[in-house]
Order: sequence, then C-alpha cells, then structure tokens
Amino acid sequence: MADIAHVENRIMPERVKRSRMSKVLGNAEFWRGLLALVVFVLLWEVGARWKEFFGYSLPYVGLLPPPSDVAVAWTKVLPKWGYWESWYQSFKRVLSGFIAAMIIGIPFGLMLAVNRYFRDIFFPPFEVLRPIPPLAWVPASLIFWPTNEMSIAFVTFLGAFFTIVINVLGGARSIDVRYLRAAQSMGATQWDLFWKIILPGTLPSIFTGAAVGMGITWEVVLAAEMISGGGTQGSGGLGFFIWNSYMGGSLPQIVVGMISIGIAGYISSSLIRMIGTHFMPWRRMF
Amino acid sequence: MQKAVEATMNPNPPNAFRPGDHAIQSGIQLKGVCKSYGDEWERQDVIVELTAEITPGELTVIVGPSGCGKSTLVNLIAGFEKPDRGEILLNGKPVTGPGRDRMVVFQETALIPWQTTYQNIVFGPNLRGDLKGAALHDEAVRLLRKVGLGEFMHKYPLQLSGGMQRRAELARALINQPELMIMDEPFRGLDAMSRGLMQEFFLKLFEENRRTNLFVTSEIDEAIFLADRLILLANRPSHVRAVIDVKLPRPRHYAMLSSPEAYAYKREAMAILHEEAMKSFKATATSQDFIDAFSRRTD
Repeated sequence: MADIAHVENRIMPERVKRSRMSKVLGNAEFWRGLLALVVFVLLWEVGARWKEFFGYSLPYVGLLPPPSDVAVAWTKVLPKWGYWESWYQSFKRVLSGFIAAMIIGIPFGLMLAVNRYFRDIFFPPFEVLRPIPPLAWVPASLIFWPTNEMSIAFVTFLGAFFTIVINVLGGARSIDVRYLRAAQSMGATQWDLFWKIILPGTLPSIFTGAAVGMGITWEVVLAAEMISGGGTQGSGGLGFFIWNSYMGGSLPQIVVGMISIGIAGYISSSLIRMIGTHFMPWRRMF
Repeated sequence: MQKAVEATMNPNPPNAFRPGDHAIQSGIQLKGVCKSYGDEWERQDVIVELTAEITPGELTVIVGPSGCGKSTLVNLIAGFEKPDRGEILLNGKPVTGPGRDRMVVFQETALIPWQTTYQNIVFGPNLRGDLKGAALHDEAVRLLRKVGLGEFMHKYPLQLSGGMQRRAELARALINQPELMIMDEPFRGLDAMSRGLMQEFFLKLFEENRRTNLFVTSEIDEAIFLADRLILLANRPSHVRAVIDVKLPRPRHYAMLSSPEAYAYKREAMAILHEEAMKSFKATATSQDFIDAFSRRTD
C-alpha cells in the first residue's frame, strides 16, 4: 500500500509558498483585468469626447461626462469632509442592517431547517413577506420607526434578511444525509449532529447568502437614502450624495458617487469572501 | 437502564475499545423482512419476505441489479430505517437504530468534507469519548498508515483521489471497532485499476482478522472474488433468489478469478441474474423486439 501512497503523492505536489504581492503581480489574470479596465476607460473617454475630435456627438455615449472630468470632480470632493462622511454613513447603515440580518437570519434559517413544527408555523408568513421588495417597506417604515436612521436601517435589514434565511434554509436542508447517518452510527447525539454536521455543512450557504445579501443591502440603502431625503450634506450617505449632485446639476459628480458605490460594494464583498475562506479552509482548494 | 446495569456488572463489555485488530465477530439474521415506500394508494414494495443470514466471521456479498433494493437493505441493517414487518437480529437481539457496532461504508464517499482525513478518523471516538488523547492519536495514525494515508492525514477529503477517499473511509469505520462492516457498493465510481487494487487491499484487511462483513455490489466478478457466500437478490420487490457458497481458497489473489472454479460460480450466478434482469425487462411491452433479438444472439 505504501507504494500507492507514494505514487499519488507525486501527482499532487505541495503548494509552493509565495508572498501575496508576488502572487498577484505574477498572475496573468490580474494583468488581463487591469488591461480590461484601462481599455474600458479609454473607450469611454474617446466616446464622450467624440464631438471634440470629429465634430458631431455620439448618441447616448456623448451625453456622458468623460472620465477625465470625473477624475477632476473626484479630486475636488476627495478633500471634503462631507464626501467621507457620506461613505461613513452609508457603510454604517449597510453594516448595521446586514449584521442584524445575520444575527437574526442565521438562527432563524437553521430553526426552519431542523424543526418541522417551527417550519410549519413560521415558513408560510415568511414566504408571504419575502416577495415584498424592501423599497416598498420604506413609507411604512418611515411612519413606524421614530427616526429616519432607524427606518433606513430597518429597510436595509429586510433586504439582507430574506436572502440570508432562504440560503441558510436551503443549505441546511441539502446536507448529504450520509454525513448525518455516518455520524449517527458513530454515536452522535442530536446536539452533536447540529454543531458538528448541520452548522459546518451550512457554512457555504451562509456565506453565499451573506454575499448576495450584502449586494442587496447596498442597493437598498442607496435607494432608501434617496427617498428619505437624508438630511444635511454628509449625513445623507452616498445615495444622497448622488441625489444632491443631480439637484446641483453636476454630471461628473453623479458619476463620482456611482463609482464610489461600486468601490464600496466591492470592498464589502471582498471582506465577506476573505472571512469565508478563513472559516472554510476545506474550500481553499489545491 | 438495564443496559447500564449490565455494563457495570461486566468489567469487560464486548463493546469496550481494544486497540489493535481483534475483531469481534457478530452475525445478522433477517427474518421475513418487508419494506415498502409511499402511501396506501401508491405503495411500492421494495423488499418482500427477505430471509437471510450473515454468518459471523464471513464475508457475505449481496448481489443484485441496480435499483433492486440493496441500499434499502443496507439502511435497514444499519438501523437508519425500520422494516415494516419481519425482524433483523444482531447476535439474537433486534436492531433498533444505528450504532457503532455496525459501520457503513457508503457509496461514493461520505467522508465529512470540512474535516481533514485525520479529523474524520478521530470523529467517532471523540463523539463517544471512549478513546482519548495519545491512545486515540496513536490508533488513528496506525490505521492511517495501514491504509497508506500516513502522509495525507492533514488533507481534506476533496484533496484526495477516489481510491484514497475509500481507504480513508475504511480507516474511519475500523477505528470504531465495528462487529459488522457494511459496505454499500464502496468501490463504485473508481476506475478499473484502482478498483482492482482496492478489492485486493480490502481482502487483505478482511483476511487479517475476519471481521464479519456484508458487502453489497452489482458487479459479479467483484462479488465472486471477495465472497465466502453470495446472496443473489431478485429484482423488485426484492427477496433472496439464491445463495451460493464460494469455496475458493483464502488468501485470494486476483488471478484466481480466471480459474475454472471461479468461472463455474460466475456462470451459475450470471444465469440467475440474467433471468432476473429479463423478468424486469419483460415488464415493459415495448422491449419485446429487443428480447427477441437478444435471445437469437445468445443461441
């Protein structure tokens, strides 16, 4: 048997350890991605400035502010406190709603999965409430909660909650019955089954739910900020920043707001991915 | 309650952990076992009046066509499901649920993917707490080395090849010192090469201590190579169609499969299985053409 192990060992060589930086820079994918972004920005620049070069304007694309103008607008807002305050406010709302959704949604989804009576009672109302778009909750939520801030956080919470619950429920229900049976044969109690099989088996779905939920939270928070009218300068968040730029008629600044949201969303989902790989080492393959 | 009293009275209960390879040999008796699924209106009988015996210290192989209820039988003996009628006795006592005395090696692999190979092996003893610390570690490492996975104990199952996964699963079952090993088509899905190696390796393990073994397969060659006794199942609803005692000498080698004795066993078994397959095939009227063609071909 030893010789079999030896042969298979050669088929699967150990990973060579390299620094993170050299890994990124030596990666063709990284350079392709960068190139794609540069080409995209260049095309946008030329498309937006078509009129200057050729005397007539391209439809639609010609209406966009060129990226160079956006960059200039960006450098103008970068040193302003209000811009960063918008980031802070939006992040705060996203995180509070999102974390609340995780804290309530994960146990709720697991309960739905493991207890038939709990599912019989709570699943039907859950399924009726689930299709209601979070934004439809905004007016009711403004009336219901004492402060604007709480209403936005609540709507944000709803955005992530349903997605997280559905993913946790689906993930826990689709755990291979053989894992449960194997554990039972080896003497696992109900408690063991939950903590050692069901919970770790649901982790991938929890992180999928979290990633999707995080995306929805950003969509919801910005719309909610626009609808509720935020308030003064910074406290309105990035959604209100865009709205404000629109009211002020600054097209480049609208695009600055939009790109800021893109970056914020990217940062959030990268964080979730990082946490996910940390907690699920078995999915860090080869 | 009574169990607890017995355990305290007997200083050396049969279930106590004994390091090493001293297999306790247990037998199983199946008496008139019936199992069906579905409700009253659409009842599907899977197993009907199945009576058989798995003799202690023997390797009993159950052979039958795919979908004939072999896995249901495994679930019943393992205690994952209960028979509708009939009795399953382990050493004379009825089976009431799953237990570490009967370990199942499942189809494909059922290693827990979020545990490393080592963690999978020590999972059972850790749950029960009957083997701890250095003793557990030594036993786990011994078994891992025995199945040739010493260097791979900190890999996750998905990082192992198919053959390695099956060997890890064997080790995971063995550390629980089962009295009966139940193997449900354990080598299905392996390529022919690894399959042959796994069969030989598994036979070596069995011949070392002759732990009672129930091996389920749909491959007739595999069955004859491994078995002390073949139980051929009839197609749905499943019951025992024939029992063949395979008297090939042990230890066995792959070359024995081409001996005249093995070939005689194979012909006998094939004739019965072919009859069963035809029966289920004839159940569909549209297959008549095919059956005609097939019978002309064999003439």
